[in-house]
Amino acid sequence: MSEYRIHLLVCGGTGCLSQSSHAVAESLIHEIKQQGLSDIAQVVSTGCFGLCEHGPVVKIIPDNTYYTHVKAEDAVEIVEEHVVKGRKVQRLLFKDPKTDKIITEPGELEAYKKQIRIALRNCGVVNPENIDEYIVRRGYEALGKVLAEMDPHQTIDIIKKSGLRGRGGGGFSTGLKWELTAINEADRKYVVCNADEGDPGAFMDRSILEGDPHSVIEAMAICGYCTGAGEGLVYIRAEYPLAIERLKTAIKQARNYGLLGKNIFGSDFSFDIDLRYGAGAFVCGEETALIHSMEGKRGEPTMKPPFPSVAGYLGKPTTVNNVETFANVPPIILNGHEWFSSIGTEKSKGTKVFALAGKVNNVGLIEVPMGITLREVIFEIGGGIKGGKKFKAVQTGGPSGGCLTEKHLDIPIDYDNLIAAGSMMGSGGMIVMDEDDCMVDMAKFFLEFTVDESCGKCAPCRIGNKRLFELLEKITKGNGVPEDIDRLVNLGNVIKDTSLCGLGQSSPNPVISMIRNFPDEYKAHVTDKKCPSGVCKALMVYEIIPENCVGCTACARACPVGAITGERKEVHTIDTSLCIKCGACMDRCKFNAVIVK
Amino acid sequence: MTKIKNMADLKKLKEQLQSDIKTEGKNVRPESLVHVKIAMATCSIASGSRETMNYLVDELEKRNIDAVVTQTGCMGYCYAEPTVEVTLPGKEPVVYGYVDHHKADEIIEKYIKNGILLEGIIPVNYRKIDD
Repeated sequence: MSEYRIHLLVCGGTGCLSQSSHAVAESLIHEIKQQGLSDIAQVVSTGCFGLCEHGPVVKIIPDNTYYTHVKAEDAVEIVEEHVVKGRKVQRLLFKDPKTDKIITEPGELEAYKKQIRIALRNCGVVNPENIDEYIVRRGYEALGKVLAEMDPHQTIDIIKKSGLRGRGGGGFSTGLKWELTAINEADRKYVVCNADEGDPGAFMDRSILEGDPHSVIEAMAICGYCTGAGEGLVYIRAEYPLAIERLKTAIKQARNYGLLGKNIFGSDFSFDIDLRYGAGAFVCGEETALIHSMEGKRGEPTMKPPFPSVAGYLGKPTTVNNVETFANVPPIILNGHEWFSSIGTEKSKGTKVFALAGKVNNVGLIEVPMGITLREVIFEIGGGIKGGKKFKAVQTGGPSGGCLTEKHLDIPIDYDNLIAAGSMMGSGGMIVMDEDDCMVDMAKFFLEFTVDESCGKCAPCRIGNKRLFELLEKITKGNGVPEDIDRLVNLGNVIKDTSLCGLGQSSPNPVISMIRNFPDEYKAHVTDKKCPSGVCKALMVYEIIPENCVGCTACARACPVGAITGERKEVHTIDTSLCIKCGACMDRCKFNAVIVK
Repeated sequence: MTKIKNMADLKKLKEQLQSDIKTEGKNVRPESLVHVKIAMATCSIASGSRETMNYLVDELEKRNIDAVVTQTGCMGYCYAEPTVEVTLPGKEPVVYGYVDHHKADEIIEKYIKNGILLEGIIPVNYRKIDD
């Protein structure tokens, strides 16, 4: 082993780097060398500690001391005091910004981190194919506790009081949903786990099932006990083969221990789980369509009522909950509803898992308390926009949600605030867009998805969305007229008002919110026939600026269609009727003579 | 496999498993060994985590290092896949990202053998609910 007895970890996350953490690292290395300590102390740069507001952050191990707001000139003191004498530098220790209290215990400091993992508590921690690892981390204790100490009514009460709401996007009270099934008398009842995750860019549920399948199994059993159901079904898309494998393994292991099956924990409660595969139709995430698909019928929604809690799978009372919703249940039972409801905002309790994707540096799976702002998510946890570009918008709620812009960055994220801002929570996809993204093209992208996924049962969704898509296509091709914008909005509103299910009722949201937030960009497309972001090819015109062109012929040689002509050492020109707008000439020109208009 | 018939059974099993960790039981990895954990969700595998895992298993054996290599789910650091967590006996776990063969080799030679930390550690940037 090395002689290093002390490591100095310097945060190299985007937030800390912007406050010159690299200079801190350099002076620490320099100082350690000066003092002749290079053999015992090592300086390493790391990723983000999640304490961005207090950066630059230096963590010293093995004693887990955090120094915050460290400057390069503090290096001397840190090395002399901490490394040499083993004394903490008091003035650099983390201070609570509100109370000014110095926090020395690393455990206490945790509370200042932006993310908190409840639904993801075991993801990336346990081996998902080993039930023992789950049991070591209090697995199946919640189920045991419920069966031994609580009646269904008390359990539902805890879930209700916790304020847990459906994480699939609807945001309906989970406890109330359970109660509505529980009050219906029937010979058979069902618990269904909705694992038909279909939003483009969303992978929260897959990650939970692949990383911690037992927490979902345990929660489904608890739900079964509360609602009086003896059978659980996981409706999962066949495109998730690894999640399916791990679920199957987990179910088998749970049965082997007697944690699924007859008389669980010696009680008279029996419960078992089976899988149903979906073919990956977006509409089957809607609970009535999902139930039809499970019954072997076409995946089409039907009018509610009757709600599944009254007449669901095979006409029996059925509780349908999303994967992430279930993953929250065992910790609520173990830690109490007070604990859970202490996290989050007034009406949205707990945390939400987001699949952070698009143009951010740290694309990833994150779990944050409700009430966090988009700014914190995108610029601190997400590490800001890739390549130092400018933030433009973020799409939440996938193809059913809306886009949020700069002005929404500081609103606390919860179910109600997102709806008020013209978007929705959705299942947790968060796609970040930068200045290079065109909002007409984006709206077209999401609509192409819904047009593809519409089941075709009701006319507004089947025909209306197609027409919306065609209008957008017309605009991106440069054939739009100013009236098209009003047409889009009017038709969008009609589709929202008249569609049968959530798919059609929400599919115009992206285009409507994008028109609302970026009216000038839409106008530029239809009146000036320009795409300000340079995405819509049909609206782009490549030109050579005569003053900059030296006649080097590089562009003409690069052009794949021979659209550029000109003699050597003379100004070249582009024949726009031949140009396919591939941009090869622009890449090749060393004199900035090729421009896009 | 023994059935769990009540809370006492579950508690007993949990205690047994916990003492396995302290000693050298086979169910859960023991604390006295180097523990290498590799994120193996679909997306991790698509980024090459299976190759990384195979490489680590082979190389640790070739280089005579007594280590337990296990798989886990998504650690959440999609931008840095494949991600690997290494726990040396008596030390805090350390997570490394972008672990290809080259980085895996460095992890074995520098960190596992010599305790030298590598650049680009991914710190735990979230709160846990169980401690």
